[in-house]
Parts: sequence; structure tokens; C-alpha cells
Amino acid sequence: MSRTPLDTVEHAAETPDVDLPWAELGLKKDEYERVVEILGRRPTGAELAMYSVMWSEHCSYKSSKVHLRQFGEKAPQSDALLVGIGENAGVVDVGQGYAVTFKVESHNHPSYVEPYQGAATGVGGIVRDIIAMGARPVAVVDPLRFGAADHPDTKRVLPGVVAGIGGYGNCLGLPNIGGEVVFDACYQGNPLVNAGAIGVMRHEDIHLAKASGAGNKVILYGARTGGDGIGGASILASETFDDAKPSKRPAVQVGDPFQEKLLIECTLEAFAEKLVVGIQDLGAAGLSCATSELASNGSGGMRVTLDDVPLRDSTLSPEEILMSESQERMCAVVEPSKVDRFLEICDKWDVIATVIGEVTDGDRLEIYWHGGKIVDVDPRTVAHDGPVYERPYARPEWQDALQADDANKLPRPATPEELRDQVLRLVSSPNQASKSWITSQYDRFVQGNTVLAQPEDSGMIRIDEESGLGVAIATDGNGRYAKLDPYHGAQLALAEAYRNVATTGARPLAVSDCLNFGSPEDPAVMWQFAEAVRGLADACQQLGTPVTGGNVSLYNQTGEAAIHPTPVVAVLGVIDDVARRTPVAFREEGQLLYLLGDTREEFGGSAWSQVVHDHLGGLPPAVDLERERLLAEILISASRDGMVDAAHDLSDGGLVQAVVESALLGGKGARLVVPDGLDAFTFLFSESAGRAVVAVPRSEELRFTDMCGARGLPVTRIGVVDGDAVEVQGEFTLPLTELRAAHEATIPALLA
Amino acid sequence: MTARIGVVTFPGSLDDRDTRRAIKLAGAEPVALWHKDKDLRQVDAVVLCGGFSYGDYLRAGAIARFSPVMETLIEQAKSGMPVLGICNGFQILTEAHLLPGGMLGNDHLHFICRDQKLRVENASTAWTADYEAGQEIHIPLKNMDGRYVADERTLDMLEAEGRVAFRYVTGGDAAEGHGNPNGSLRDIAGISNEAGNVVGLMPHPEHAVEPLVGSGRTDGLPFFTSILKKLVTA
Repeated sequence: MSRTPLDTVEHAAETPDVDLPWAELGLKKDEYERVVEILGRRPTGAELAMYSVMWSEHCSYKSSKVHLRQFGEKAPQSDALLVGIGENAGVVDVGQGYAVTFKVESHNHPSYVEPYQGAATGVGGIVRDIIAMGARPVAVVDPLRFGAADHPDTKRVLPGVVAGIGGYGNCLGLPNIGGEVVFDACYQGNPLVNAGAIGVMRHEDIHLAKASGAGNKVILYGARTGGDGIGGASILASETFDDAKPSKRPAVQVGDPFQEKLLIECTLEAFAEKLVVGIQDLGAAGLSCATSELASNGSGGMRVTLDDVPLRDSTLSPEEILMSESQERMCAVVEPSKVDRFLEICDKWDVIATVIGEVTDGDRLEIYWHGGKIVDVDPRTVAHDGPVYERPYARPEWQDALQADDANKLPRPATPEELRDQVLRLVSSPNQASKSWITSQYDRFVQGNTVLAQPEDSGMIRIDEESGLGVAIATDGNGRYAKLDPYHGAQLALAEAYRNVATTGARPLAVSDCLNFGSPEDPAVMWQFAEAVRGLADACQQLGTPVTGGNVSLYNQTGEAAIHPTPVVAVLGVIDDVARRTPVAFREEGQLLYLLGDTREEFGGSAWSQVVHDHLGGLPPAVDLERERLLAEILISASRDGMVDAAHDLSDGGLVQAVVESALLGGKGARLVVPDGLDAFTFLFSESAGRAVVAVPRSEELRFTDMCGARGLPVTRIGVVDGDAVEVQGEFTLPLTELRAAHEATIPALLA
Repeated sequence: MTARIGVVTFPGSLDDRDTRRAIKLAGAEPVALWHKDKDLRQVDAVVLCGGFSYGDYLRAGAIARFSPVMETLIEQAKSGMPVLGICNGFQILTEAHLLPGGMLGNDHLHFICRDQKLRVENASTAWTADYEAGQEIHIPLKNMDGRYVADERTLDMLEAEGRVAFRYVTGGDAAEGHGNPNGSLRDIAGISNEAGNVVGLMPHPEHAVEPLVGSGRTDGLPFFTSILKKLVTA
């Protein structure tokens, strides 16, 4: 892109035959031709830059859009939803005048290229989405997926990602309260770094990304614009990694959490003084995205003088300024009379703020550089009217064979000794082992409102000190289940997150998702995606939890090998009084252990089949959403009325994993009896959904079992909290010291 | 009558609101102080809270030490005003030479966040009078640069003068918060100045003041009740 002569709109009209590097910028030929058709001429270099980033897969959702519509079409009636899909993040009413905004996003590709910065800026981006809604961020969560735990590259990627999340989030003063860490060879070369954040505000403080009111000023504030992250959106996030291409390192952005912390404080101060008409953060596609989205969501047009953008590198071309993904920047629309006060607040926090343009009464987005008009577009065509693909999809041929390879037929432990040995192998396997080496690198205490944090079933934050009102969040997504059956796999992800929220005593309200898949150009992957979205939309409808927003990450594949389809689902819940929360740990000897729900022989995709047999086949556990709802209601009632002292959801690893975790966290053992009608192996390792284990004080036993009985939830007494071992009567005894050593040594040994 | 206790907000301070809450819970009046303002607003004592002041660029606490509020604070601390430095606040106090020694990066090179077991070594400072000497308490610890170092002479002097206020409890179960978490010399977690009015420590007492949140313990509350009693009875 030559800078002499300046490629203005006029110049573009006069020189229709100039070749532009649309292919290098990631546009397909027919997409470029559409741009020409829309403009009625060739685009200028600056316009091409804008269209190319905004029409990238990452920004336009062009492959996923036709499927994602179901989240709206099937959305359940919900009084709680205040702002739905399409804004920076969804907003939910949690009562007492409070609104909560939350969202999960991916930063997968950058985190593979440069783990520390990729993960750090992932946190930064999601936090800015939350601030842009008008909320104070109160917590972050991080669902992570890595290649095999013992693969040498995992030792490069994981510590960098964890340090990056900690380095950025800890500096912002946001407690990290949840998430997951999962290892699987399918993520080798394509780690998933999803970042979620929650923010709290009063209803009247909700802000939206729109520029309205002709004459209002457009203020860019935060960090100076540099050359980092240019083309990140189009090139990095929208193409498959290919060994033959040159290194993509320069396209990854570099974060400065200190700057972001100042941005949070000064933005919230400006909100408090009602100085802001509309606001948008600068994330993927930088200024291209912020200006075109603000303008297209508002009532008028916008005029921007690019010369006024504060630069870190004065040699940047206008195209580069428009594409730069330099972090820690935001764009606000402010009435002229309030501009001085806005700038004053920025100055108080030492944040650079510059008026770069204004809202016009036209309907065009016009951008000027050195006096010439280099962009003149209808902002809607950039921000919203990107291409939409009906990608072909087809159930892969291998799906039948995969499902026929039944995990229930795998050899099972034949003796108590084998059973004991397999329990130890399970709880010490990388996926089931303690992740405290990782989570202890995150600050979970800051802000002084953390009620529950990992390894609890959900993270919980108090939002009102007087009333005790709180919110809970859990994220889950089992790629192995989804590989076996994407429709039900996605539903199981939702069911697990929903259950995890309810287990701690909170009522599930709404959903955000991060859909991580391979290349949409592969019909098999596209089928997985279509099935997962259909499954999730159906399940959200049935459970009454609307999807409020989320993110799609495609092209998570290297060559032909795609990752397991990995829909990560975040469920947000509300609890009227956090004093009523239920933690995971067994706290008192003598309390009775009850298993809630039905246990069947379900081993497809199970942790046991992976750890003991390195096997993936069969069908995932059956989904029964009505049962999930009933279980949740029982758990919430039991928490609220003090009928249970500990509760733990049963998911990967089954009952034995849950009991071991509760025992180790509380430092109290458990004596278990295999219930009638079940064999010890199925009892311990089955991953049937819709189950939880609870510890019930003896004084509450009758009340609790009566409640379950009256409402038709199967409840089975399986033992008692007791001693300093996990004992399965007639089978084996595992001392807590031995379990602890096995459970806690694995991750440090692999990664420290 | 109650006491006014200031909490300074630097750019990058993180635990300022938490600290003000802890002061309030103890029954004192929290007063927000701003780094650019030399005026201490007639407070009776000051807490420098945790965080990453000025991004901790250059060196933790090194820039904050030169901010306008510190000019007044250093002067008043020298004439006896009680000052508590928590984590980044401790780092700032050493940079300001109100306390000897300094902090280096943790020996394991990672950020660490855990509920840490400490032993109160000196219960006669302005901030520790509500503890008993030898008492063992759990206080959350969370930092990247928490390794206390000083030369041997300084360490010997601190020991001889009883100015080691807190030590990490070693030798027990790591799951119970035992162990030196960062390689601090002589397991030192916190120290005081000669007069006992200035105390700094790496762990965060403001995160252990309510049974429901944070560590779920209230072992940190005596920091704030100690100072309140001292100021009110003074």
C-alpha cells in the first residue's frame, strides 16, 4: 500500500485498475468484488483495510451466523434478560436494582504463537467488553485446553498462558474465580485460551455501543496506537496454521495491564458523572471496528480525522492505524459540553484522550488523513453486512464407527486391588489431578468479595455487602463428549455448568458460550458446529436460560487435524444471600453422604476410558434436561434451607473423583457402601449426568430425603463422612495422605 | 470517638477499597487519599495497600515512593504517625527507606496466591498489639516480588531489636499454608521500624476480616483493631 500519492476516495475513483492486495489481507475474490459493488468503485487502501478485517471470520461470523441465529429464535422467555446478543456483552437482571454483564471469548491462536501475551491480551479484551457495558468488572474465569500434559510443547505453552492470565488479571485487581484446565492431544498446536469476565452495575448505568446525536464528539482514549496486532483479526484468527508460511509473531498484540487498570477507573468515573453517550472498546480490528460499529448502531454518520490519533510509531500508514490492534484503547461518544470534564478525568488518571472526530447527521463514515478523504462508506456495510456463508456440512463417515466403538465393553477392573489402582490412576491423571499449581498463580482474594473460587463447583462473588446478594459462574465443556455426539455434547456442557451453579446454591439465569471448532471449510467440522449450536439452543430453551452472547473460534486445526469440537458454556447464576452457599469440602465427621440422580453404565468419553484405556468411543452420557432442572431445584432449596453442608457435582471421573476432591479439600475421609443394584466399578466411575453428591447433617436427614422423595428425585444413601481415608466397604481403603500425594504431585511434576 | 485511617490510592493500587472496608469493619473511619495530593487530610494513621503502583515498572514501589503524597507521609511517619504497608505498600516503605531491606522476585519465579501461615513475632507494634507474641495466624499472600532480603548486619539488627514482626511458619503441611513461600531470608514476612509505628508485611490482612469472603478467616482483623485502640486511647 503505497502512501504516495495518497489513496483518497477521489484517487480511487480515478484509478479503477490499481491492483490491491485483497488476497494478502485475507479477502476472497468474490468478497473483494462485493466491496467494489457496494462502493461503486474500487476501495481505497484504507477502505480495503477496514473491510478485510471486519469481514474476517473472527469479526463477521460469516460461517457461523446462519447457525447462531437459533440462539435468538429459540430464546426462552426470560424476565432477567436486559441486553441480549449483539452488544459487547449480554446483561442480566439479578435483582435489587443490580445488573450483571458477563461474556466468554477466545484468544486461542495468539496464545499458541506467543503464550504470555496472547493470554494476557485475551483477559484485557474481555475486561474491556465488560467496562464498555457500563459495569465494574468484578471477576474473571479462564477455561483452558492444552495438548497432552507430557508433550514438550505443553511445557512451553501452558506456563506462558498461566503467567499471562495471572500477570494481566492480577494487575487489574480482578479475582480469578473459576475456569478449567483440560489436556488432550487434540489440542496440540491449537490450545484453547478462553477468557470470561463478569461485571456489575446498577440498571440505570447500562451503556451501549452507539454514536448518536450530530455534533457529539468521538474521543479515543487509552494507549497510543502502535504497529502491534496489525492484521491480527484477519490473518491470525481466520486462517489455519501452516508450517510453510512465515512466522506470525508480529501480529500478536502486547498488553499493558497497568494502562488497562487506569482505563477501568477513568471510564467508571466518567460513567458515574453521566458523561458518556455511547462507548466501544477497541479489540479485534481496532479503530475499524470501533468507528464502524459505533456509527452503524447510532442514528447518524461519523467523521474522523485519523491524523489526530496519538501514535506510538509516527511512521504508521493510515491503513495500519485503522487495522492496529494495540491494546488498552477505548472510544467514547461525548456531548460537546461534557468533553472538557471527560478529558479532565482522563488527565486525572494519566490517560491520554483525544477528540478524533464527531457524529454527523449524514449516514456515512468518513475518515480523513492529511486533508484527504480516504474512507467514505456506509458503516453498516462494514460492520453488519459482511458476507454470510451457508457452508456445506455433512456428518462425517467415521462418526458411526466412533459411536460403535463402545466404551462400555472395555475391560473393567476384576479385583479390588485393580479397582483401587485405577482410582489412584484416575485422581492423579493430569485432567483429574489438582490444578492448584496453576490457580495459585491467580489472585482470587482481591476486591474482598470472593465467596467461592476454584476448585469449587462455581466461582461466587458477593455483589451487595448489606443484603448478601451474589452471583455465581461456572464454565464447562467436554470436547470428548462433543466429539462422540456434538448435539448432546453441547447439551452436556450446558447441563454441567448449570448443575455446577446450582450445586453451590445459586439459581442459573443465563448463558454465554465460546464455541471452539476446527475449520469451517471442512464439512465434517461444520456439521459438528451446526449440531452443537442446535443442541445448545434447544437445551437453553428447555432450561429457560437464554444465551446472552458469546464468541466463535474457528480454524482451530493444524493441517487436516481439527480439535475436538469444544463448546465451552458459561452459566451465570444468582444467590439471594451468599451466606447460604454450599461449598465442596466435607467439613464435619458423621454427616451422611447421599447420591442424587440415577447411575447407569455410561463410560463413553469418560475420564476412566481415557486414563485406563486411552480410548474414545461410544456415546456420551444420556441427557435429561428435566432431571437437571429438578436436581438444580433440590440443590438450591437444600442450600437455602441449610439441609446440606457440602455438595459436589458429578461429572468427569464420576463419583469417586467427586468424593476424593471433597474429602481432600475438607481433610475429612469418607466411608462408602456400594448401593444395591450397582457394581462397585459402575458406582465409582460412571459419568451419568444429572447427579450430585451431598453431605447431610444427621438432623436434616429426614427433611432432606422427604423433599427429594416428594419431588421425585432418586436419592441414595451411600455412606458417611468419617476418618482419614476414602474407604469403599468390601473393596479398598485409600488413606487421604496417599490420595493427596497422588492428586497434588502430578501437575507440578509435569510443569514446574 | 474513633480514628481516621487513610488509605492511599496510587495509579495501579488494587486493594484500596478492600482496605477501607477492613478499617470500617474494625470500627475506624477510612479516608481515601490520592497519590497526587500532599494533604493527608488530618488522618491519624495511613495504610499503603497492595497492588502494582505505577505498574511496578522499574521496580516494585520504586516510582510510588516519589509521589507527592509520600513526601508528607515520610515526614509524618518519622515523627511517629502509624503507617502500615501491605505487599506493594511494604515495597514502597522499603523504597522510601522507612523500613530496611527490600523485596526481590519470588525464588520460584511465579506469582503465588495462598492462605499463608504466619507467626506473630512482635506483638508490641502499633499494628500488632491485639495479637500475642508467638501466635500463629493465617493471612492470604499474593505476590510476584515477595522475597525479603537485607544484608546480614541488617538482619541481625532486626532480630536483636525485635523488629521482625512476622515470620512464615515453616516445617508443616504445605496444604495448611506452612512453608516459606518465596525464599525470604530468615523466613521474614514483615518487619517494623525502630519506634514500632511503621510496619510492613507481604501478606494481606485486609483479605482476612470476614468469615464469608476471602480466606474465610478473620485472622487479619486485629491489625485494624490494634491501631484503632492505640489511637483512641492515646
